[in-house]
Formats: sequence, structure tokens, C-alpha cells
Amino acid sequence: MLAISVAVPVAWVFMASLKQNSEFYESPWKLPEGFNFKNFTDAWYDANMGTYFINSVFVTLMAIAILLAVALPCAYVLSRFSFRGRGIIKALFMGGLFINVSYIVVPIFLMLVGLNRSLQVTFFLNNHFVLALVYASTALPFTIYLLQSYFATLPRAYEEAAYVDGCSPFRTMLQIMVPMARPSIITVILFNFLSFWNEYIIALTFMTDDVMKTLPVGLMNLMKAQNAAAQYGKMYAGLVIVMLPTLILYILVQKKLTEGMTVGGIKG
Amino acid sequence: MKTSKSFLFFCTFPALALFLIFMAYPTISVFVMSLYKWGGYSAAKTFVGLNNFRALMEDDRFIGSFRNSVILLVLVSIVTLFLALWCANALTREKIRAKGLFRVIFYIPNILSAVVIAAIFSAIYDPSRGLANSLLSLVGIEPVMWLGNRSVVIYSIAIAMIWQATGYYMVMYMSSMSAVPHSLYEAADIEGASRKTKFFSVTLPLIWTNVRTTLTFFIISSINISFLLVRAMTGGGPDGASEVFLSYMYEQAYTNSSYGYGMAIGVVIFVFSFALSALVNLATRREIVEL
Repeated sequence: MLAISVAVPVAWVFMASLKQNSEFYESPWKLPEGFNFKNFTDAWYDANMGTYFINSVFVTLMAIAILLAVALPCAYVLSRFSFRGRGIIKALFMGGLFINVSYIVVPIFLMLVGLNRSLQVTFFLNNHFVLALVYASTALPFTIYLLQSYFATLPRAYEEAAYVDGCSPFRTMLQIMVPMARPSIITVILFNFLSFWNEYIIALTFMTDDVMKTLPVGLMNLMKAQNAAAQYGKMYAGLVIVMLPTLILYILVQKKLTEGMTVGGIKG
Repeated sequence: MKTSKSFLFFCTFPALALFLIFMAYPTISVFVMSLYKWGGYSAAKTFVGLNNFRALMEDDRFIGSFRNSVILLVLVSIVTLFLALWCANALTREKIRAKGLFRVIFYIPNILSAVVIAAIFSAIYDPSRGLANSLLSLVGIEPVMWLGNRSVVIYSIAIAMIWQATGYYMVMYMSSMSAVPHSLYEAADIEGASRKTKFFSVTLPLIWTNVRTTLTFFIISSINISFLLVRAMTGGGPDGASEVFLSYMYEQAYTNSSYGYGMAIGVVIFVFSFALSALVNLATRREIVEL
């Protein structure tokens, strides 16, 4: 019964996205009369969802790339070496776990506005790279926490062997330790893909130019527009465009989880 | 292990720099800015001490948003906790076919964007074409203005929040329930314990640590999710009736450009959620049952 209450609204949206505009004046329970893909082309081209889709893909991928490039070395070093300041850095990131993005979105916005003004540029707002950088930064505490605890479980014997063979610490990290941390890296990518793809408050605040917006913000525009212009199909099609990638990923991951992500360690 | 200083520096510096610029600095500036009167894009900031906080106490709209947040917090937490525990218990204990499928379906709301959830529920709550009113008309109840009625709107949002949250907590409780050793239930069966007794005397005490942790999650996430949903669903309307903590802060700070005032709201929310978490943590302290 409860499973139905979860599944029905989602299924209903998929159905509604195939309906023609006139069908919306009939019972909401009726199945669509045919496969009407015009809603999707309308949403994709007229409502700019195509552009937003590409923006979203671009920002999400860039943010994940930045995040991994920055978080992996830091997590590795924090879990492996003892040096002065390690405790402080660890404590800082732990504290960061409690910072909620919704609180600090306005100060970040003001900081970017201030940078723009003092440097006489418009670089810092409406910039996908800056947006991706902010996404990556806000995900750092969680990601470093997760990677660090995984690195800590890996045996040291590999690194010692690499050290004896004269391998530099940088190469050891990149070619030996990072591949071994693959299961945790996959988890990090999945979680952050979902949160970056779905995020809208930061994007709404930073991206004021229409062509720069991401998918969830575009969907918000569609929601407002359909109330005014009575074009319901487009809104439902937009909804499907936003949630389909996450649903597909989710279904794929389900399989992957059951396959088990164990990577071989030291044998014998 | 020993290694060169430059290697350590290159590994930690980028992460630390990003963290300090985009998280630590903004967090500190929330607290600092709450003591200033600062409006608009001009650089004119005047130090006003605690005046922003004093003004808050007399701001009816703030008090309204406070009340709404507390209603949502209490209502959503209790219903979600109950539903999630009940479903998790049923799915782990009873022999139900396609258990995995249920799990998969329940988790779906969690992977959707807050905007998507807002859009789905706006459509469901649509006065003339939505599912909600057409269900009501089947049993002969007059259509309800789900999002247009000042006294109903907050409950409509609560339903959306419960829909979103239940699956997540259910999956969490399921994993800790499956760690409870089977032999305990067998022993309970021999003694003739009912399902209810088994749940309250065996399952619940053994997963209590987990439940306690999630109570803190409830507080933090309900404040956050209510903002994301309200912002996309009603924008605080009709006429401020569904305004919650963070949406009021966002409106004051971003839309209204009263940065200092907005940040003061932020500080109050922060302190409130922190104090409440500490309180709940203290109140739910039990002796941990160990096996």
C-alpha cells in the first residue's frame, strides 16, 4: 500500500508527459491516448531544457572532476602520514560536515559579487566553472571523510613495497593507492552526482542569465510558466527530463550493488 | 611513514584552500554580518550590535515562519519515524515476496531533486486537474485548495516531506534491524511473545543507537528540505502562510537585500537546531543494550 503511494505519483508524471493539452481537462486518471512526444520536443527546444540539460551535464561532470582531484590526495595524506597540523585539518573538515549549504549560499553570493566589483569584472557570477567549484567545495567534508576512512583500511604493505622499489610518493598515490580505493571512489561519485545534478538553490542564486541555468532551475521556470499559459504537457515532459538520468543511474547502481564491489587485496 | 614536506603541502593545500574560502569564511561571515545593518549592494555597513535580533522578536512574519518550521519539524519527524520503523520491521521480519523491489521503490524519492518533488506535488495538489482532489471526489468530499488555503498549505507540504523522507530512514532502519541476531526472536517465540512485544522488547532496544542518530538527522534535514520544497512549491505563499525558517532568511537576504537581518535569522536557526539536537540527544539517552 505504501509502496503504491510512492510509485503512483512518479508513474503518473510519466503518463502525463505523454498527454496532449486537451487531455488535461479530462480525468487525471485516464491513460494517455497515444504516445505524444511533442511535449518533449516542446520542452527541449521551446523551453530551453536542451540547453539546461547540457549545462547540467557540464557543471556536474566538472564539479565531480574538481572534487576528486582535490579530495583524493588530501584524504590519502590525512589517512597515511602524521605531520604537524594534521589534527587541525581533520577537525576542520569534520566541523564542515555540520555546515549546511542553505545557510551560506547568500554569503558566498555576496563574496562573489564583491570580487566582481573590486576586480571590475563579471567573471564570478553566471560562470559554470565557479558554480562547479562551489559545488565541489561544499562536498569536500563528506567526501574526504568517506575516502579517508576507506584509505585507512587498506594495508600498508603495498606502499612499503613501492617505497623499496624507489617509487615516488606521488606515483605511489596515483598508480597504487587510488586504483585500490576504487569502491569508495565509485560511492563518492554516485552520491555527489545525485546531489550536484539535483541542486538548485546555489544555481538559482548564482546563475541569473537564462542561457546559463541548470535543469532544476529550468524546471522551476516551467512550473511558473505552466500556471500562466496552461501548457501542462511541457511541464511534465520537463519533469521527466530532470528525473530520468537519476532514475536510470539508480537502476544501474542497484545491479552494481548486488554484484558486489569487492576488489582483491593481498592474497595468501 | 615519512615523506617530503612539499608532497604533503601539494596534497592538502587545494582542498584546504577551497574549504576555507567557500565554507569556513562564509560560515563565519554569517555570524559577523548578523551584527551589522547592511542593505543593498552599497558598501555602507553600520554596526548595530544585537539590534537585528531585537527586531526579530517583534517581526510577526518571523514568528509565523518559526511556528511553521516547528509544526513541520514535529509532525514530519513523528509520522516519518513511525512509518519508517513500521515498514522496516514488516519488511525485515515478515515473509514478504519481492522484498528487494519494495526497498528499491521506497528509496526513489530520495534520488529526486527537491524541485522535482515540488513539481510532482504541485501537480497532485492542482485544484481541478490534480490527483488529490479527484481522489476526494470519489468519496464525495468537496475539492480542497491544497496550496491556496492558508490553513491547509503547511500540511500539504508536510505530506510531501513525509513522502520524501520515509524511504531513506526505512532503508537505514532495515540495515540495523537485519543485524539483530535471529536467535533472540526464536527465544521470544518460545516464550510466546506477540509481534508487538517482539518489536518493543527486542527490536527497538537493539536498534536504539541508530534511531537516536536519525533523530538529529530529522531536525537538520527537515529544516533544510522544508526550505527547498517551500521555495519551489509555494514561494512562501499564499501571503506568507507557508514561510519557514530558511525561506524567510533567503527572502530577507537575497530578494529583499537586507543582508544583516537575513543573517541574524540564519544565526537564530543555527542556534535553535543545534540546541534542539543537543536536547533530543540528552532526552533519549538510554543504557545501550549490548549482546
